[in-house]
Amino acid sequence: MKALRNPLERAINHGSAGSGVHHWWAQRFSAILLVPLTIWLIWTLAVLVGADYTAARNWIASPWNASMAVLLVGSTFYHARLGMQVVIEDYVHQRAVEVALQVLVAAAALVGAIVSMVAILKVAFTG
Amino acid sequence: METNQRPLSPHLQIYRPQWTSVLSILHRVTGVLLSIGTVLMVVWLVALAQGEQAYESMIGLMSTPLMLIALVGWTLALFYHLLNGIRHLLWDTGTMLELKPARASGWMVVILAFVLTAVVWGGLL
Repeated sequence: MKALRNPLERAINHGSAGSGVHHWWAQRFSAILLVPLTIWLIWTLAVLVGADYTAARNWIASPWNASMAVLLVGSTFYHARLGMQVVIEDYVHQRAVEVALQVLVAAAALVGAIVSMVAILKVAFTG
Repeated sequence: METNQRPLSPHLQIYRPQWTSVLSILHRVTGVLLSIGTVLMVVWLVALAQGEQAYESMIGLMSTPLMLIALVGWTLALFYHLLNGIRHLLWDTGTMLELKPARASGWMVVILAFVLTAVVWGGLL
C-alpha cells in the first residue's frame, strides 16, 4: 500500500522510545556534569572516612561543599533515572510490568533526590 | 513494508562475547549497581542531618566486613562507570571508534579503575 503521509511526518516522534533525541542529550549533559562532581565525591570520601561527626558536618556545612553535594545528588538521581529507564525499556517486555517499573524508578529517584537535598540543606543551614 | 526479510540481531546464546561487547554490558551492569548504591548516599546524608548518635550507628553499620566489601565493590563500579562514561563521551564526538583504539581504551579503563580503587582503599585501610 502506498503511504500517503510525508516520510518526515511519519518519522517524527517515532524513535524506539517514542520521543526524539531529548533523552540522549539529557543523558550526555548529566554525564558531563557528573565527571567533576564524581571527582569531588571521591575527594570528599577520602577526607571524611575516619573523620568524626563534627568534622563531617563542618565539611558538608561549608557553602561550597553543600552546593556541590546538592548538584551531585540532583544530577546523580536524574542520570540514574535516565539510565534505568533505558535498561527497563530494553529488557522488560511485559507492558504492564514495564510501566509499573518505570513509575517506581522515577518515583524512587525523585524521593531519593529530595530526601538527600533536604538533609544537605538542613546541615548547611544549621551549621 | 517488508520486515520479515531483515537480518536478526545475533542472539546472546550464540553470540561470541568480545572485549568491547563485554565492557559495553558492564557499563550497564555497573550503572544499575550504582543506582542501587545511591541508597547508601541517602542513608549517609540523612544520618548526618539527624545528629551524632544516628551518624555513629550508621558508621558502625558501614564498618562491618560485609559492608566494607560492598563499599570496595561500589568504588570499583563507580570508577569503571566514570572512566568508561568518558570513553563513551569521546566516542560521541566520532573519535577512537576503530577497533584498535576501542580495544586499547577499554583496557585502559579497566586497569585504571582497579588502580584507582586500590589507591583510594590502600590509603584508607
